[in-house]
Amino acid sequence: MAHGPAVKLGKDNAAGYKTKLGIWMFLLYTAVYFGFVVINAIKPSLMETVIMGQTLAVVYGFGLLGFALVLAIIYNNLCNAAERRLNS
Amino acid sequence: MIYTQSPLAIGLFIFFVLFVLGISFFLARRTTSASAYYAAGGNIHWFTNGIAFAGDYLSAASFLGICGMIATAGYDGWMYAIGYLAGWMVALFLVAEPMKRLGKYTFTDALDSKFNSKGIQLMAALSTLVVSVFYLIPQMVGAGVLVQPLLGLPHWVGVCIVGVVVTIIVASAGMASTTYVQFFKGALLLIMSTIVVICLLGRGLTSNPDQGGSKAYHDFKTLQATVSVEGALMVPDYDVVAGLDSEFGQAGFVKLSKDGQETIWHLEKKADGTMQLSETLYTVHMADGTKLYNGAPKEDGQFFPVGHLKEIRMDGQEVAQTGAVGPFGYLSAFQNSTIVLWGKKYVDINGELTTIYYQKPTPGSRVLRPGLKFKVDNATGTQKFNFISLMIALFCGTAALPHILIRYYTVPSQAAARKSTIVAIAAIGFFYVLTLFLGLGAMTNGVINLTDNNMSAPLLALSFGVVLFAIISSLAFATVLGTVSGLIVASSGAVAHDLMDKFFGMNMTETAKVRAGKIAAVVIGLVAIYLGIVFEGMNVSFLVGWAFAVAASANLPAILMILFWKKTTAKGVAASIFTGLTTALGLILVSPDMYVRYGLLPSDAPIAFNSPAAISIPASFIALVVVSLLTQKQPAGQEATEAAEA
Repeated sequence: MAHGPAVKLGKDNAAGYKTKLGIWMFLLYTAVYFGFVVINAIKPSLMETVIMGQTLAVVYGFGLLGFALVLAIIYNNLCNAAERRLNS
Repeated sequence: MIYTQSPLAIGLFIFFVLFVLGISFFLARRTTSASAYYAAGGNIHWFTNGIAFAGDYLSAASFLGICGMIATAGYDGWMYAIGYLAGWMVALFLVAEPMKRLGKYTFTDALDSKFNSKGIQLMAALSTLVVSVFYLIPQMVGAGVLVQPLLGLPHWVGVCIVGVVVTIIVASAGMASTTYVQFFKGALLLIMSTIVVICLLGRGLTSNPDQGGSKAYHDFKTLQATVSVEGALMVPDYDVVAGLDSEFGQAGFVKLSKDGQETIWHLEKKADGTMQLSETLYTVHMADGTKLYNGAPKEDGQFFPVGHLKEIRMDGQEVAQTGAVGPFGYLSAFQNSTIVLWGKKYVDINGELTTIYYQKPTPGSRVLRPGLKFKVDNATGTQKFNFISLMIALFCGTAALPHILIRYYTVPSQAAARKSTIVAIAAIGFFYVLTLFLGLGAMTNGVINLTDNNMSAPLLALSFGVVLFAIISSLAFATVLGTVSGLIVASSGAVAHDLMDKFFGMNMTETAKVRAGKIAAVVIGLVAIYLGIVFEGMNVSFLVGWAFAVAASANLPAILMILFWKKTTAKGVAASIFTGLTTALGLILVSPDMYVRYGLLPSDAPIAFNSPAAISIPASFIALVVVSLLTQKQPAGQEATEAAEA
């Protein structure tokens, strides 16, 4: 049986750009995520500090959820722009 | 704990199951080709697919497990949510597009697209099967837990209902109906959970969690005791059954009796030399197998639900209740208050095991930071390693789950794959914010069943009325149905498409392939029912953590290296999957938690940690690199050129 995608996709000139962009954004998010893990493992009491009326743990946790969505939207917009620019 | 069944709950439940079956049969008429069965013909709209992703992902573990864990261990339960969501970033940035570009129906296709290697086909299909089965167990166990309060049926009946319904869904229609089931269920779960959280914020925090006036909360007593010159404990109005010298006394408890009823109390020495006793809840597991709840059979309903605050502080003042608050007001009032958590101790006397749940007042700020479940404060190196290893498994697991990956083949384009991932991230992230409130709400609204915290979220909904409870429980059950169908499609694909069609080279027609997939689905469904019954009582989230670790170790290194390292060879990929799978499984089988399951002492286990990811993922990477470098036949040849083209 032949290999290949379930639907036919045209040639994608933006693939290289999107791959690089994906790697950089992945590294950025990974750094922020592991910052959170490392603080918890090394100095957990720091997570009890109150910032803006909430514990740092709550602020960082909400931050990680929100940051994920923001990065995802930026990534999608940049990819769409690249596909329009390079595939037209 | 004893539950009463409501006809409304039962009616809604039956309606949901019939609705889901109806969609399946309706859509089944369209399933004639293999592409339609495994990938819904690749023409699902990105928004539908995104919510279906959320539906797939918000499994029993997310909805029941995380809420339950937050309800008893605070922020540590939420750490799972943060890890699960972060995993989506790996999926979006590294895996989504190439998967869409390379694959056809299954995860094995994508791995094998460059090599057409028997080794990869076998290994990837095996890993899909193992991961799916690992992930199926907690879902089936969750189904069994749900039917007890909902329908008043025993555990095994719930497991069988799920098994049969799902097998019918999958065997009849495959991916299209699975997708629509997940879409409806995901959307409804989000809406209903939002309503519960709004009700919760409207109620605010109160020191008397009487469920809006509908159910009086247990009045916890404290007693003053003195010690006689001979060293005997004296409590006014009570007879001492087991005092300071008894095995209870050594564990910090005493057993008293009044009017023929025995109770266990937690001992606390005061500075003035007197003793303060506070009420506990306890279960006794007798040597002959009978179980007593607070000294009486389960049916007597003596084992009451718990969850209350000791002291509420708002804007620096101590108050009896906060009244309606906003989400941030709720969290800051929570953080300044004192919450009564529940410690657990065992006393074993001649084979009669008493489990005692005692009150542990804890500052809210301590609950809203990690450390109550995972030992991170003054922890040993192994404990820290265990914690970090778990967080790595959660981070890397998502992008390696076969039933999530196959969803990338149901949309028409890469842009649609991206957009559906974003919808999934938004929906799942929002849901995880809700779980924090649901968990904390259960913690403080007198609804926790201490012997099984998995039902915390539905029971919190029950405190707002039986309608919400019925809908939320039916949804949770539908959640299990949906997730299980996704897993069974993925594993039947592994058997019929990857193993039979490709590995064994049976040249099957389209119709034969769909039929093989359906037969495989039925067999796997039966296996899942069996495992769901065998593993009754196992912690749901705990098992999912292992499924993530196995998935991340077996699949992620292979996926990433094929995409990003040009020297990767077919043998390297097969070796990596094999190493990841066996290392992760092996470490799990000799872990302390597994030793408890074997009935052995956890301290006898050869390793001291439970989470294998921090060892098995690097091992899998190393195996891939070493074997690939050893099997470079054509350094500048075909494979490298092909890799560069992709």
